[in-house]
Amino acid sequence: MKRREFLKTSGIVTAGSILPMSLIEVAFADNADGTKSDENFTFAVISDAHLQQIKGTKFVRNWDMGLKRAVAECNMMNPKPDFVLFGGDLGQLGKAAEIDHGAEILSALRSPVKMMLGEHDYYLDLGEHWMNRFGDPYYSFDHKGVHIVVLNSILVDEKWINKWKDPMERMQTMAGLDDPNGSPFMVGLKQREWLKKDLEKVSKDTPLIVFSHSPLQKIYKGWNFWTDDAELVQDILKPFKKVNVIYAHVHQVQYNKIGNIAFNSVMSTAWPWPYPKTYAKEPSYVPKLTVEMNRADPFFERDGTGWQMINVHTGRVDMNFILPHNQNRIVAYNEKTGRPEDVEFQNKERIPPQIHY
Amino acid sequence: MKKIKLTYLLIGLSVGLYAAPLGLPEVPVPADNPQTEAKIKLGDMLYHDPRFSRDGKVSCATCHAREKAFTDHLPVSKGFTDEKGTRVGTRNAPTVINAAYYTSQFWDGRVPSLEEQAKFPPINPVEGGLHSWDELVGMLKKDDFYKKEFEKVFGIKSSEITIDHFIKAIASFERTLISGNSKFDRFMYGGDKNALNEQEKRGLEVFLGQGRCVSCHTISQTHAIFTDNQFHNLGVGFKALQGKSEKVASEYLHKLAMHKKKLKKSAGKEIANHAADDLVLADKKFSELGRLAITHEVDDMGAFKTPTLRNIAKTAPYMHDGSLKTLIEVVEWYNFGGKLNPDDPDTPFLDGGIRPLNLSGQQVLDLVAFMKALTSPEFENVKEPK
Repeated sequence: MKRREFLKTSGIVTAGSILPMSLIEVAFADNADGTKSDENFTFAVISDAHLQQIKGTKFVRNWDMGLKRAVAECNMMNPKPDFVLFGGDLGQLGKAAEIDHGAEILSALRSPVKMMLGEHDYYLDLGEHWMNRFGDPYYSFDHKGVHIVVLNSILVDEKWINKWKDPMERMQTMAGLDDPNGSPFMVGLKQREWLKKDLEKVSKDTPLIVFSHSPLQKIYKGWNFWTDDAELVQDILKPFKKVNVIYAHVHQVQYNKIGNIAFNSVMSTAWPWPYPKTYAKEPSYVPKLTVEMNRADPFFERDGTGWQMINVHTGRVDMNFILPHNQNRIVAYNEKTGRPEDVEFQNKERIPPQIHY
Repeated sequence: MKKIKLTYLLIGLSVGLYAAPLGLPEVPVPADNPQTEAKIKLGDMLYHDPRFSRDGKVSCATCHAREKAFTDHLPVSKGFTDEKGTRVGTRNAPTVINAAYYTSQFWDGRVPSLEEQAKFPPINPVEGGLHSWDELVGMLKKDDFYKKEFEKVFGIKSSEITIDHFIKAIASFERTLISGNSKFDRFMYGGDKNALNEQEKRGLEVFLGQGRCVSCHTISQTHAIFTDNQFHNLGVGFKALQGKSEKVASEYLHKLAMHKKKLKKSAGKEIANHAADDLVLADKKFSELGRLAITHEVDDMGAFKTPTLRNIAKTAPYMHDGSLKTLIEVVEWYNFGGKLNPDDPDTPFLDGGIRPLNLSGQQVLDLVAFMKALTSPEFENVKEPK
C-alpha cells in the first residue's frame, strides 16, 4: 500500500496521482526482502496561521478558516501522519487569547502535535504564554531512525528587545514583514551550543530533520527571510550525511541545497507572501504597488495558502504541498541529482545560485 | 399581452436546433451526435416514456417535468415503487433547461455529457430500477414503433440498437431545452433599458457587487450561463457529516471498491462512475461527500456544481439537497456565510469564496427580485411550488 494515498482504499491513488508512478515506487520502496522499511514515515506541517483577535472571542474569520481547513484535511489522511508539526506564528500579535484560540483549533488534530515558535508568538511577552502552553521552544527527539530538532530561530539581540516604549509596540514592529525597524533573526550562541551538544550523541549516518521558523539560509534580509547566524548553524549540521531543514515564515514554496543540507519551506494557512526581489532573475518593471493585492484570486480566500504532508524515505524528505483549489505541488528529493526538485515545475536548467542577499 | 407571450413561447420552442435565444451562446453539440429533427422527436418520446423503469411508471419527465420547469418541485426525487414502497433519492432534481451548457452533468459532475447522464437514471437502484442496460435495449428491440424510429434516425437494424442510440436521442432532445430571453436578457443584451424595473436593477447591482454572486454564477459581455461549471462547498448538508467526514469518506471508498468489483463482474467491464452513481443516490451521508465521491480529493469535500440561475424562481426547492425552500432563504444562507443561523458552526471545508456578505434586508429583497427577472417567457406560467 502506498503511503501517500489519502483515504486509503484499494487501488485508488489520489494525492500521488500527479506523481509519476516510478517516483512513488522509489519514495516508498520497501526493503529488498519485502518487509516494510522502518525509515519510511509520514508527518505533516501546518504553519503560519496568524490567528488575530479582533475583540473578546471574535477573531479574524479568514485566518481561522485557513487553520481549521488544514486541520480537517490533515485528519482525513490515511495513514495518519506520525506527527504534525506546527511551524510557528500561531497568533498574529502574540496575545494569550490568540495562542489559546490556536491551541483549541489544533486540539482537533488526531495525530500527536509538535510545536515551534514564531516571531508573532514571541515579541509581545517574549514567549512567556507560549512556553507556558507548549513548553520549551527548542528541543529534539528521535523518530524511526531519524533525529529531529526543533529550533527557536527568531531571536534578536537584547538591545533591540529593550528599545521599545511598550511590548505591543515591539510586537507590532516585528509583525510588519518589511518594517525597516525590525531586526535580523538568529538562533544565538546558547542554542548553537545546545545543538552541538545534542548532536554529539548522534551518529553521522543518522538522518537529521531540523525545523526552524525562519530560513536557516540567507534569502532576503529586508523581510527576515534570513537567519543571521545561518552559516554557523549550517557548520554544526555539515558533518552529517543527510540533513533536511524545513522552515516556515516565508509563506511560499522554496527549496535549495547547500552541501549535504536540503532546504524546504512550507506554506501558510493564512496568506501568501510574494517572492522577494532577490529571487528575480530579470529586472522587474512592475510599478511599485501602493494598493494591497494579497493573492492572485482575491475572491477565493484560500488561494495561495496550504499545508504539507511530508514523506521521509531513506533519510530524505518529499514535500507534498496541499493547496486548496490549486494543483498540489510536490518537491521531492531526487536521489540522482542529489537535491530537492519540483516534480512538475522544475526548471530544466539549473537555476543559478543567487549572488546577493 | 397574451399575443406577446405566445410569440416568446414560439421562439423558445423553435430555438435549439439552429439559433440560441437572447442571452445565451450557441448550444455545444458533440461531433458524434449531430442534431436532427427526427432524432430530437425520438428523444422527446423516449424522455417521456415511463416504460424504461421497473414499475413502468418512471420516465425522465417524472423528475424533470416541463410543467414544473423541468424539475419535480420536490426536495429530493422519487424513483420507482414496488412492494417495499417508493424509492427516494438523496438529491434535488436540477432543471434540464439549459443543461446543455454544463461541462459536466449531475451535482457532482460525475459524467461529462448529456449523453452519459441519460445512461444512469433508468438503471439506478433508487430511480428507474432496471437491472441493466440490456434490459432497456431489449424493450426497444421488441417495440415495433421504436424499431422503425431507430432505423429511420440512426439507419440501423433493430438488432443493432444499443444503449448509445438511446442516450444520443435523449441528449439531442435535451439540447433543444434552451431558454433565455428573460427580462434580464432584454435589459442586458437586448438594449431595452426598461426591461428591468428599479428594484431589479438594484438587485443586479447586488448580484455584481456586494453579493459577489457573479464570481460563480457568471455573466459575460455577450451572454450569461450563470455557472462557472466548478464545484464549491457552501456548507449545505454539512450537518450530515459534522465530526465524521473522515469516517464517512473512508466507508464510502471502501464500499465503492466493493461495489465496483460487483458491477464489473456482472457487466464484464467497468463503466466510469457507475458504482458512484449507485452509492451517492442511495445514501444521504455518501451524497454529502459531493465532488469528493468522484475525485477522492479532500479539496472537493462537500463541493457541488454551480447550477445555472435561469428560471430559478420556478425551480424551488433549492440546493443539492433541496433543503432551502425559498429564494429568500437561499440569499440569507449566503448572507450569513453558508448558514441560516449566524451562530451555527462553519464546515472547515467551506469554500474560501463563501463569507458573510452583510447585505441589508432591502438588498436581500432586491437580489430576490433580480433572480425572479431571470425567468424565460415560456416558463412564466409555471406555478411556483408551495
